[in-house]
Amino acid sequence: MTAEPERILLAHGGGGQLTSRLIRERIVPKFHNEMLSELADSACLTLSSGAICFTTDSYVVKPLFFRGGDIGKLAVCGTVNDLAVSGARPLFLSLALIIEEGFEVSMLERILQSISDAARSNDVRIVTGDTKTVERGSADGIFINTAGIGVRLPNVELGLGTIQVGDKILLSGTIGDHGMTIISQREGMRFESQLESDCAGLAELTCSLFASVPGVRFMRDPTRGGLSATLNEIVEGSGLSIEIREREIPVRPEVQAAADMLGFDVLNAANEGKFVAVVSSDTAEQCLCICQGHALGKNARIIGEIVQTRDTPLVELRTKIGGRRIVQMPYGRELPRIC
Amino acid sequence: MLDRIVHAQHTIDDACRRLGRRITIMEVCGTHTVSIFRSGIRSILPERVKLLSGPGCPVCVTDQGYVDAVMQLADRDDCLIATYGDMIRVPGSEGSLETRASQGNVHVVLSSEDALQLARERPDKTVVFIAVGFETTAPATAVVVQEAAAERIENFCILSGHKLVLPAMRALLGGMNDRVDAFLCPGHVSVIIGSGAFAEIVANWRRPCVVAGFEPVQIVEALAEICQQLAAGKAELKSLYGAVVTEKGNVAAQRMIDESFEPADGYWRGLGKIEKSTLVLRGQYGQFDAFRRFGIEDGPGKENPGCRCGEVLCGLIEPVECSLFGTRCTPQTPIGPCMVSSEGTCAAWFKYGRRG
Repeated sequence: MTAEPERILLAHGGGGQLTSRLIRERIVPKFHNEMLSELADSACLTLSSGAICFTTDSYVVKPLFFRGGDIGKLAVCGTVNDLAVSGARPLFLSLALIIEEGFEVSMLERILQSISDAARSNDVRIVTGDTKTVERGSADGIFINTAGIGVRLPNVELGLGTIQVGDKILLSGTIGDHGMTIISQREGMRFESQLESDCAGLAELTCSLFASVPGVRFMRDPTRGGLSATLNEIVEGSGLSIEIREREIPVRPEVQAAADMLGFDVLNAANEGKFVAVVSSDTAEQCLCICQGHALGKNARIIGEIVQTRDTPLVELRTKIGGRRIVQMPYGRELPRIC
Repeated sequence: MLDRIVHAQHTIDDACRRLGRRITIMEVCGTHTVSIFRSGIRSILPERVKLLSGPGCPVCVTDQGYVDAVMQLADRDDCLIATYGDMIRVPGSEGSLETRASQGNVHVVLSSEDALQLARERPDKTVVFIAVGFETTAPATAVVVQEAAAERIENFCILSGHKLVLPAMRALLGGMNDRVDAFLCPGHVSVIIGSGAFAEIVANWRRPCVVAGFEPVQIVEALAEICQQLAAGKAELKSLYGAVVTEKGNVAAQRMIDESFEPADGYWRGLGKIEKSTLVLRGQYGQFDAFRRFGIEDGPGKENPGCRCGEVLCGLIEPVECSLFGTRCTPQTPIGPCMVSSEGTCAAWFKYGRRG
């Protein structure tokens, strides 16, 4: 007879002995550092710079484990990337877990290990946290929230207001990998094994870019809503238009195949390890070179430029066959099609 | 690839010059509609060539009466609805499946097989598969009905809204829109029914019919072939999707459809009642027919006031000519089904822009 897997009980979040043991035995050892080990009510941090960046994000991804990552890795990389594209060097994260009653402890261990690995590889420390449990049915396995603090790099001035006509659009790599992996795995598609999420922390690459080139004007990670949403946000915020070339946008063939099969536009598919930057035209080549020299930016391309607005600001795509079309802000959840 | 496009463009320009009039070509496949918009094909064609999106999107052609029947079943406590994602947002007279989904009895499936599996897993409920689509999805429905019969799965049935392409093309040419000069024939449907099925359109109506796949280059080349035929005063059947489509089609799939279904008169949005245009389950599979099991009448529904999807489907107006388009009717708040499906003409117009 095999033993029943050990599971999370409501009492694990009750603040008593079980809570204490869960935190001391399972969680804290994974993220060992002097600030966390004290288990104080808050972490006291010493920062080198006057300007800090502060962000938070909640992670409710389904499935919890996917090719190329899991909810834990995503919870670290997502928050790290929000800081990275703001021109900061990420330093500290908080970690809050909301766990559904009955969740297997072994799965929790896997997720914690993945958080620990991702924190280490991104050079950030988990300095404070919280654990709650909710009744069966009140959460989908586990939800995670992380908040992050980073120091703003010197001489970085990012803002939609600094964007000018002629600036180039730099994309750090292939698009749609994360979105199509999640959707395919969720839908149980057979080709899912070829797909892999791009989930990765970008801070090392962005920091080296900001440190070497002064011409970066704006940066964002195209997560939900994909490249379409990010480019439309740039257009809305700057009042200028964007023209991009389909030919230059890198897409893995297996991602394109999955998108075609499900009737999705790959431009709208989520990414978790990519950034879009608006860079001045005179530094564009240098920026591209730095990206392509890094493992996470080797497929980087200049995909288009900022152009003068004719009537209303919009994103226009030059298609592979030489046609033109408008790229709109995606309008929410896309549904698989049938024909 | 670009040289093929340029060559096709020259052919089209040349044909337009020779013909000296407007050319109207209709596609009757949702995937063509999306591909045409996504690749900006309209923007590289001369103004004289007009592309119309006909009744090719399975969701769009589904009559309001059918949608209301779906909602009626969704409101029952003893049913689970298994549906393709496209149907989720289609508005019935009162709300859509999306508004019912929060109650947990609507499941989005990617195949008919998933729907049958749901029935196996949930013996406490009757699983109703919302079976829509043309000849492309009908064989898969036919298969699960036969499987369910063989396995004696009693808590499974289908609400057949399956439709046939050819009767709709006949109905269009027979009165609704005889301005259509030629058809870009559907790739997927042709895989099943064979390119030969369109021979009657060529013979009886003298309209060029060209079957194409979904690569933008192939679509442009098909349009060039059509223009060339028109300029030469010819009407021929041709398939550019040669590797995949045969003249006779997939005979096994056709047999599968024929074993489970028989053609019946049916209602289409915008086109009304068309003779022998829908598929209903044959008598021996009657127990799997949700219409019969729940005593639902499959009649014409009342369409949402102001919605002009029917005229859009017939190619009589372009989406922007509908006063609801982009104002009250958007992909977030669709009033008509052409705005719901990603293949719908209105959704494609909205999403890819008028320049597309």
